[in-house]
Amino acid sequence: MDYFIELFCSGLSRGAIYALIALGYTMVYGIIGLINFAHGEIYMIGAFTSFIVATVLSILGFPLLAIVALSGVAAAIWASAYGFTIEKIAYKPLRHAPRLSPLISAIGMSIFLQNYVLLAQTSDFMPFPELIPEFEFMEPYAHVVGSSDLVILVTTTIVMLILTYVIKFTRIGKAMRATAQDRTMAMLVGINVNNIISATFIIGSALAAIGGLLIASHIGQINFYIGFIAGIKAFTAAVLGGIGSIPGAVLGSLILGLTESFATGYVSSDYEDVFAFSLLVLILLFKPSGLLGKAETQKV
Amino acid sequence: MKKKILVAAAAMCVAITVPVVGSAGDTIKFGVAGAHSGDLASYGLPTVNAAKIVIEKVNANGGINGKMVELLVEDDVCKPEVATNTATKLVSEGVEVVLGHICSGATKAALPIYKNAGVLVMSPSATNPELTQSGEYPNFARTIAPDDAQAMVDVEFALNTLGYTKIAVVHDKGDYGKGFAEFAKKFLEESGKAEVVLFEGVTPGAVDYSAIVQKIKRSGAEAVMFGGYHPEASKIIGMMRKKRLKADFISDDGVKDNTFIKVAGKDSEGAYASGPKDTTKNPLSIQAVQEHKDMFGADPGAFFENAYSATLAMLNAIDKADSTELEAVKKALQTEKVDTPVGSIYFDEKGDAIGVGFSVYQVKDGVFVEL
Repeated sequence: MDYFIELFCSGLSRGAIYALIALGYTMVYGIIGLINFAHGEIYMIGAFTSFIVATVLSILGFPLLAIVALSGVAAAIWASAYGFTIEKIAYKPLRHAPRLSPLISAIGMSIFLQNYVLLAQTSDFMPFPELIPEFEFMEPYAHVVGSSDLVILVTTTIVMLILTYVIKFTRIGKAMRATAQDRTMAMLVGINVNNIISATFIIGSALAAIGGLLIASHIGQINFYIGFIAGIKAFTAAVLGGIGSIPGAVLGSLILGLTESFATGYVSSDYEDVFAFSLLVLILLFKPSGLLGKAETQKV
Repeated sequence: MKKKILVAAAAMCVAITVPVVGSAGDTIKFGVAGAHSGDLASYGLPTVNAAKIVIEKVNANGGINGKMVELLVEDDVCKPEVATNTATKLVSEGVEVVLGHICSGATKAALPIYKNAGVLVMSPSATNPELTQSGEYPNFARTIAPDDAQAMVDVEFALNTLGYTKIAVVHDKGDYGKGFAEFAKKFLEESGKAEVVLFEGVTPGAVDYSAIVQKIKRSGAEAVMFGGYHPEASKIIGMMRKKRLKADFISDDGVKDNTFIKVAGKDSEGAYASGPKDTTKNPLSIQAVQEHKDMFGADPGAFFENAYSATLAMLNAIDKADSTELEAVKKALQTEKVDTPVGSIYFDEKGDAIGVGFSVYQVKDGVFVEL
């Protein structure tokens, strides 16, 4: 039973990591129907920014809490700037092109950003400072749930709640939903669609950056490639939960994380991906739009 | 248009088939093959430098048995399909011995061509065990220990020095890591002294290894033997310490890298990793490094000392055998000990160097210390 709980917690924390990235994927898809493959790279750039800021601040002797807050804010702003620019450069000119074109553009952007960071920084792995300290009160449970696992879980929950609130109950959220439903109609009733799409990218990128900080601190190392692998898994999770749906992304991520964890624990870690992707295929066979996704009706 | 293509094709055929007439035996043609361009060039170029240094010295002293040594350098980009062309070209130019190739895959592809031509090939870096152990390549030798020797050193250390009886073997599913892990498992089981309580591969680049760490903990392993490279190693050892798992960590050459200590930080303290024997105190090694600095103005790169040693060993064997004929040279390699930067070495009949090998290192106060 202990072993089951240990694996369950491992799965939860892994799922929460995926969820932090998957939320950004699903948001962008929900609004403009684009799979933003560069999202994983935004996460990586967020991790690098917080790494640089945190290193500088710790040399200057700031207290840990200030380092976390400031590097988080800096990463979020910097990554948002990237997200905003990417949308303007790579996606906006293709908004009326066939659906495949922005997808290819996104893959190109992803490769470009990886190589840009590779050249501007280094190809080596860099040690990421431990920004989430080991909490005193977690010590009795440390062998099951680490402090960073807890922080990631809590952050994911809070972020999901806030996002759901924003989209359901605020003005900008209403505008986002309107844009998602029918872009032309939204324009006709006076919504500035361009601004809404930019805002979506900014929120998604800021989330990815916060995820970058927390996850890099949990793993303890970063390099230019981390965004790609994490991004693929997060994307899978978003599809599993129903891409476009915020609670779906979290649910999908947790299911993916738990599946991998139990597959490792009870079968073999050689097969964790086999189980994860078999599950994806199974769910998509019976529910093509994902667990919580809405079936897409063809607009005529 | 069609005619033009035909002419071009004909010209190319002629260019390929015209034999290169070797100048009649007044020099010893010494081939160097390996990756000299592309992303693995950093593994191949130091070997070229090593050959240049040694051959320049030998020629300045009057050559081998009155013959000058002539260097022929060919690039194989570490690709098997290119390596066969490289080998054909060197053979057609009349090489007598070849230093190379660098990568195991390329070496394997090129060897049959040299074998048919009776050319001795000595690699400074190809560690695939089959190259020597299969017995298919009697013309092959190397100055680096094969992969399984490393697993053997680690296993013996874990069993005899540390006295473990329960060991978890984990790898990264890659050729190198899985190869090491499979040898380690085999040797552990053959020894009968320890039980392999877990044998699994992890997915490189995964965001979190806590599930496998929980599994290791449940298996009751006293030590984790890991086959793979340092990024995964530092993640796994970090997660082990986070989950308060005290088991020891033993790994391979891919982990014996200062980046491992830099990234894993205090978690790496006490970890073991095998690596090539420390040669920095060998006077010949110090001399070789100094010669490289004088000639090229920089520190030598990967496998430089192995390549330097291979060049010395081959030229010494040709000298002693007074011939470049394969059997005679092989016999000299097996009987004549030669002092090189990697130690005093000679070769067994399979072609592995005796006297080169691995040691176990431990992280102590943030540096690898040879045990």
